[in-house]
Amino acid sequence: MSTHTNTLSQLAARLTAGEVSSVELCQDYLARIAAHNPTLNAFITVDAERTLAEARLADARRAAGETGALLGIPIAHKDIFCTEGWLTTCGSKMLGNFVSPYDAHVISQFKAAGMPSLGKTNMDEFAMGSSNETSFYGAVKNPWDTAAVPGGSSGGSAAAVAARLAPAATGTDTGGSIRQPAALTGITGLKPTYGVCSRYGMIAFASSLDQAGPMAQTAEDCALLMNVMAGFDRRDSTSLERPAEDYRRDLNQPLKGLRVGLPKEFFAAGMAPDVAANIEAALDEYRQLGATTIAVSLPNSGLSVPVYYVLAPAEASSNLSRFDGVRYGHRTAEYADLTEMYEKSRAEGFGAEVKRRILIGAYVLSHGYYDAYYIQAQKIRRLIANDFAAAFKVCDVIMGPTAPTTAFNLGEKSDDPVQMYLSDIYTIAVNLAGLPGMSVPCGFGSNGRPVGLQIIGDYFAEAKMLNVAHQYQLATDWHIRAPKGF
Amino acid sequence: MSMSLSIQDIQRIARLARIRVSDTEAGATQQQLNGIFTLVEQMQAVDTTGIAPMAHARDVFQRLRADAVSETDQRDAFQSVAPQTEAGLYLVPRVIE
Repeated sequence: MSTHTNTLSQLAARLTAGEVSSVELCQDYLARIAAHNPTLNAFITVDAERTLAEARLADARRAAGETGALLGIPIAHKDIFCTEGWLTTCGSKMLGNFVSPYDAHVISQFKAAGMPSLGKTNMDEFAMGSSNETSFYGAVKNPWDTAAVPGGSSGGSAAAVAARLAPAATGTDTGGSIRQPAALTGITGLKPTYGVCSRYGMIAFASSLDQAGPMAQTAEDCALLMNVMAGFDRRDSTSLERPAEDYRRDLNQPLKGLRVGLPKEFFAAGMAPDVAANIEAALDEYRQLGATTIAVSLPNSGLSVPVYYVLAPAEASSNLSRFDGVRYGHRTAEYADLTEMYEKSRAEGFGAEVKRRILIGAYVLSHGYYDAYYIQAQKIRRLIANDFAAAFKVCDVIMGPTAPTTAFNLGEKSDDPVQMYLSDIYTIAVNLAGLPGMSVPCGFGSNGRPVGLQIIGDYFAEAKMLNVAHQYQLATDWHIRAPKGF
Repeated sequence: MSMSLSIQDIQRIARLARIRVSDTEAGATQQQLNGIFTLVEQMQAVDTTGIAPMAHARDVFQRLRADAVSETDQRDAFQSVAPQTEAGLYLVPRVIE
């Protein structure tokens, strides 16, 4: 019996048919994690006993007559989500001893759906990174080539799904942290419209940009996961109060007449030739499926990286002030007074990239620089959002590359923050505007590493985007390809 | 406005952020932050006259709620992860002599 290559919908069918139990499924994935995590380092915490206890509970619920769509199917969670009774580190030494006393909203939703947790996945420290190399718990390897990074910050979740160590995982995306690792590891990932998934219990990086989303093999699986994750939660002050949606409702709609906008700025210098060739081939496939392509322009999108590296650090410097060695987290061993306790605890607890961003944020918010940096960035943010609004007047979805290159090598960019930041050049504008975006596998580069097609939708167009991705996945098999050796 | 951060600037920001930075670290940090600010300076060329700042991804309003207790008492659970507590209080070095 082999289940690890199955999608969520296939696993659900096998559970319903009684072919396999949740305990058996979890045992299979736990064995795969035990075998391959030493190579990949995709998980920070695995707790087989806890997973199996949750699986037994799911099996008991099914025996009692429950029939939830995902009941009994395990999932891995990014270590940014507070998970009651589990170590929750956020990839930082600062939270190296933090066993969460409560569940994030997203976690409690998955528990209510009866999905056992396979463990907590590795990530860039406090989600600040694009390669998973800033994790205090070590870099994650890309299962397609262990010399390569898996992308970040949800690199552990991406590697786990790509190597089929988990059938699905949660991620978070502040500037591309679901889409870029999904692209670099050949899986499907969705960042919903800002406010669709609750941020309660999701350790904050940049609160006006942070959004949780699903990572899985297919668009159909992402739709199933969205049905669980999305929804209003009063404990998140920016959670949107909207009627519940069935994200699968449009999966089978034909694409005839679909208008696909191609931003000329995304198809300019900067995209690697092997990425460009795969994106062009994907667009041809969409034309075959009945879509038409239209040139659009996002004239301010080139400014999204500078704007992001003012706004995200500003918000981070405020959010991360809570890590002071008083209520939770690391406290330095020796100190003479309160200020020294703060300064040493934070110096020891945070890694280099997190410190850099806190310092940038403190600077752009400080007296004399606030208008020139912080307010100017917020104004350009509106220009970027306006560009998208104009484009969506003439198209239904926007397409382009998720990342400018395939996965780069470990160590290749880790000494040069600016080069690392530019790897998110196509994803950041989407967060600034608050729009939904996803990445879908669409081929392989000249080095055999995966390429992702980015699909950007208008606000609340997730069901349409999932339809657009699903129809492509019915016509292609890139999403079924799995790396050898796992 | 073009700028370049000095070592003194780095130390000042680090104090504001309550992060101790050694002199050796300050040098490396100065170089990296100046590289990042070179990228950020591109913003200064943009005319944003009359554009309202966008503070949030969606122009949403903060919800109001009744001023009523919504949470149960979980002090013991929350203090179980604190570095130092006593009698239900968080302990820190003496602030007032």
